[in-house]
Amino acid sequence: MTQFIKLLARNQLALAGGIILSIVVLVSILVPILPLQPPDVTNTADRFMAPFSEGHWLGTDHLGRDLLSRLLWGTRLSLAVGAAAAIVAAVIGSAIGIVAGYFGGTTDNVIMRGVDMLMAFPYILLALAIVAALGPGLMNALIAVAAVNIPFFARNIRGITVGIAHKEFVDAAKLAGKGHLTILTTEILPNVVPVIVIAMSTTIGWMILETAGLSFLGLGSQPPQADLGSMLGEARSALITNPHTSVVPGLMIFIIVMSINLLGDGVRDALDPRLRSGALSRPKPTTTVARQSSPPHGPGEGVLDIRELETQFHVGKRVFKAVNQVSLNIEPGECLGVIGESGSGKSVTALSVMGLVASPPGVITGGAVFHGGQDLVGARYSTLRRLRGDKVAYIFQDPLSTLHPLIRVGEQLAEAIRVHHPVGKAELRQRAIDLLNDVRIPNAESRVDSYPHEMSGGMRQRVAIAMALANEPEVIIADEPTTALDVTVQAQVLSLLDDLRREHNVAIMFITHDFGVVAQLCDRVAVMYGGQIVEQGTTDDILANPAHPYTRKLMECVPELGAGRRELAAIPGLPPAVDDLPPGCAFAPRCHKAQAECTKAPIEMTRGGGRAVRCLYPETKLVEEEPA
Amino acid sequence: MSLALQLDDLSKTFPVGKPLFGPAKAHVRAVRPVTLQVETGETLGIVGESGCGKSTLARMLVGLLPPSTGEIKIEGHRLNNANPAEFGRSIQYVFQDPISSLNPRKSIRSILEVPLKRLHGMNAEARRARISEIFASVNLREEFLERYPHEFSGGQAQRIGIARALAANARIMVLDEPVSALDVSVQAQVLNLLARLKGEFGLTYLFISHDLAVVEAVSDRVAVMYFGAVVEVGKAEKIFAAPRHPYTNLLAGSAPVVGRPLTPPEAKGTELPDPLNPPPGCPFAPRCPKATEICRDVDPPLEQMGEDQFAACHHPLDA
Amino acid sequence: MGGYIVKRLLSAIPVLLGITVIVFLIMALIPGDPATAILGSYATPENVEKINRDLGLDKPLVARYFIWLGNMLTGDFGRSFSLNRPVIDEVLERFGATLVLAGTAFIICTIFGIIAGVISAARQYGLADKAITFAVLIGISIPSFFLGMMMILAFAVERRWFPVSGMYAIYGGGDLADLAWHLVMPAIALAVVATGVIARLSRSAMLEVLRQDYIRTARAKGVHERRVIWTHALKAAMVSIIPVLGIQAGFVLSGAVYIEIVFQWPGVGRMLVNAILQRDILLVQGGVVFVAACYVLFNIAVDVAQSLLDPRIKT
Repeated sequence: MTQFIKLLARNQLALAGGIILSIVVLVSILVPILPLQPPDVTNTADRFMAPFSEGHWLGTDHLGRDLLSRLLWGTRLSLAVGAAAAIVAAVIGSAIGIVAGYFGGTTDNVIMRGVDMLMAFPYILLALAIVAALGPGLMNALIAVAAVNIPFFARNIRGITVGIAHKEFVDAAKLAGKGHLTILTTEILPNVVPVIVIAMSTTIGWMILETAGLSFLGLGSQPPQADLGSMLGEARSALITNPHTSVVPGLMIFIIVMSINLLGDGVRDALDPRLRSGALSRPKPTTTVARQSSPPHGPGEGVLDIRELETQFHVGKRVFKAVNQVSLNIEPGECLGVIGESGSGKSVTALSVMGLVASPPGVITGGAVFHGGQDLVGARYSTLRRLRGDKVAYIFQDPLSTLHPLIRVGEQLAEAIRVHHPVGKAELRQRAIDLLNDVRIPNAESRVDSYPHEMSGGMRQRVAIAMALANEPEVIIADEPTTALDVTVQAQVLSLLDDLRREHNVAIMFITHDFGVVAQLCDRVAVMYGGQIVEQGTTDDILANPAHPYTRKLMECVPELGAGRRELAAIPGLPPAVDDLPPGCAFAPRCHKAQAECTKAPIEMTRGGGRAVRCLYPETKLVEEEPA
Repeated sequence: MSLALQLDDLSKTFPVGKPLFGPAKAHVRAVRPVTLQVETGETLGIVGESGCGKSTLARMLVGLLPPSTGEIKIEGHRLNNANPAEFGRSIQYVFQDPISSLNPRKSIRSILEVPLKRLHGMNAEARRARISEIFASVNLREEFLERYPHEFSGGQAQRIGIARALAANARIMVLDEPVSALDVSVQAQVLNLLARLKGEFGLTYLFISHDLAVVEAVSDRVAVMYFGAVVEVGKAEKIFAAPRHPYTNLLAGSAPVVGRPLTPPEAKGTELPDPLNPPPGCPFAPRCPKATEICRDVDPPLEQMGEDQFAACHHPLDA
Repeated sequence: MGGYIVKRLLSAIPVLLGITVIVFLIMALIPGDPATAILGSYATPENVEKINRDLGLDKPLVARYFIWLGNMLTGDFGRSFSLNRPVIDEVLERFGATLVLAGTAFIICTIFGIIAGVISAARQYGLADKAITFAVLIGISIPSFFLGMMMILAFAVERRWFPVSGMYAIYGGGDLADLAWHLVMPAIALAVVATGVIARLSRSAMLEVLRQDYIRTARAKGVHERRVIWTHALKAAMVSIIPVLGIQAGFVLSGAVYIEIVFQWPGVGRMLVNAILQRDILLVQGGVVFVAACYVLFNIAVDVAQSLLDPRIKT
């Protein structure tokens, strides 16, 4: 709660809205004891006095009534009616929505059909019909506005409730012996209330507008009582001759609604956890680069040379050092595996190469990536764009979410070529079909016109591979391309990838968490932990003789098929949080060999015999130490 | 040996495109009739790929889904869905996604209190003592009890989920992919914890996973599911080493293994049959290298093949 | 596709029936003797007798509903006593004027709302985003009837750029140019709120889409950012924008009631308000059912547009 208020106060616009609204509410509460003239006493002699007249700060209306007094009394009435309508609509609508969403099935169906019926009206028709039946009057206007808004709440809250009701914690509560009513009130409701508050804070202004609108039409408050809407309605006939009588109540409505909207947006932002974590910000076309030191010099070796790369995430005041001084290089036609657990920085390293780390919050703070002699970090957008997909292509993890759901796969393939090479339409289609054939998709001629959702996961990932191959790139960066696939499908996709890289002589940087995959596919491997490479070498060497204690332990953790029932090896403790890394070796707190020195200063890479390890007490000595 | 769990012809069909009133247009058979026994103190592993019906089966076992046909007997008594408190005391569930199985707005203590209060009617003092006891047994520090779920890592949250299941004091636990959301180094911690708890409290496990190696490492027996049916059951140490069903063989041959060269496994395709329009015969026939005429016409029943091993296949592989 | 349209049209039948039931039930709320309530100040004995016969008001509620529904299906919406002409004639005539006003406003708010939302999202936290967000905030906070009145003061009274009110000039008007000239201010006043709402929702829909993996894929392919935004992202965002357009059309139609009053536009909204004040219940009933039915048909068109865009919707 305190966090909520802090967040709200930090938002200056919301704060301003809150202050204005508080003043308006306070004044309207105090209206009965303020020294105001009676609002309904007419004095035709003083009619249409201009603002700032003697005794009438805001002037008088067509019956000589004091406008200031009427304005404040009217504000009081409008606020009260609007708030009451909002509360009624929110309570009834939310209750309907929660019941429909939680129980689902026929209950849900029947209720939501009814709600759909009500929403099939342009809302004012329903309000007008209700007022027509009940007769004009403020109370009836309130009922009409509340009734019209109930379906909006019901639908909104139902959607949220459905999402929550399918969460596993609701199942867990059932198994723990809770009944429906208890689950609704203790498990669902606490999670829905913030949404109801958001919905209310963003619609209350709207309800005030609506009741004012009905009064404006003469269907709400009846004379001599006046809310802001009816004041405006009565003033309309004198709009041209005495505009101030219209401007005064109109501006008041505007100020109230505006301040409520400002505050409502603030409440929404403060309550929405996604906004809080910055997750709703749009990633820019390239990752922000803010290198703090001068970058390493080129031209670099191999097709891709990553040097001392540092990528961080800046969320609020916290800095997550996702990638820290990572150096890797890939030779033409080689397959380099990068292995690590979640949070080790392997995917961020891969995405940093072409500036695809989501930014904000991602920032590349150091290092360089050389390709063809030029540094890609800090390269202009146009340079990066020309290389993306043409020289360096990507394959991502989940093939369902990485293909555009509304564009045919053939068109997506064709686009990959077209953005780099001017090719005619007919030829593009043929190329797309050829590519699908290349990745062994049966019936390529008809599959080219399929949408992604019409294909299985394995087929979609083949399309993604075809897309990466479209321009015969020099390097493909594959970010866990088989993790989301079933094991039998994974085996086929992996062997396809292995065939293709030999056929097309393309280098692959293969990101994975699976030692089995690395062993089968990769020539060399780099092991990452806590944002750093802890060990690097040929796959055979590392698998046979891991040098870093983490590598060895991790390999022991992987259960292998065929060994039968057994106790599994485990690494004690948890992977490090990259916003709070220890000064020395990140693995030291979990390492059985750790000594005092390990935690003091950053550990340097030791190189030898084509291998490198970041450890003071490696498991095996690297052959023929070279001077650093 | 007594039976902890007995399933007889248990199946589940889901209606598709059901109108407001009247019968549905079509049905999807998520689980085809399954008959299985689990002995007390045993760990039965269930493996299969996505869409094979293993999670639907699990949810039926704990009463979260009513079965379409068949029945479930827990320790000789028929499972009664109507009384959640009753089956909650006999069988519990550990969820795949540890974070989403904990209500984000409740402290860990209040999450753990629910089964104690609801299922066992314990008073505040007894609950406090029991929670300390359980928490210690899953290796978590007691100060965590006042925290909220988002403050925990996946591995810790999964221990909390296990603690909640333990609190119900059930003797049977259904573990639905309990470690697949966790990193390898943490995965082993949780698996070993589960093994220890089993010995300590004399539990019976149903361990569901897509990871063959994990299942093999923790199970006494393993059931392999394909397209909603159990296609093979056998001892953990034998079933992948000497599979009788070609699908089990395909699974075992597909898992990436250090030191085995990369060759595509022997299978014609990867597509599952259309669940709305299942083929009449063996559902694996379209992918099976050994399929013949009979396979496409007659769905084979589960038959005993050798000691302790059952497979549903017309042309089983040699032992 | 044709099959889908037919299916949607068929599924609209229960909704249309539901609308008539709701309107009928609301009107049944009117206290007292239905005949006198409907006739109000026109309750002469002959009129009472005639309406009792026409609507079967002496019969039970259910029977009355079916008589009323049957009459409407044959195009007989009853007779307006305040105007002394068939309801359907009046409604059709007035609805045309509303359609011109609301249709223009709807086109304005769709085009400007989406463009503003896309730009705002693409330049999140930039100057353009801040300016649009601020303008939108003012737009959705200002009552349209007040805005209309202020526009009259500023652009019809102070500067005589546009006419104060009406749909056509009283003398010598009547052509398309005259209509357009009269249309400018009311259409803009009506469009402002909806433009703001659409801009807001388009912005958040775009922000949501821009974080998706397939946008990263498009960028990784080397697709130019302009195309990423206006083709890949907007196409996906339209899936959530189009339903909002359907809802906003209802709001535009609703807002038209105020604007018609302020600008003396001879539309169905002004007719309804006058009918309520005159207690001409049959005119209200007929007007509400007719406009609601048109809105239902419009929403079917929206659904069809959605299914054209999104192949995942089963056609």
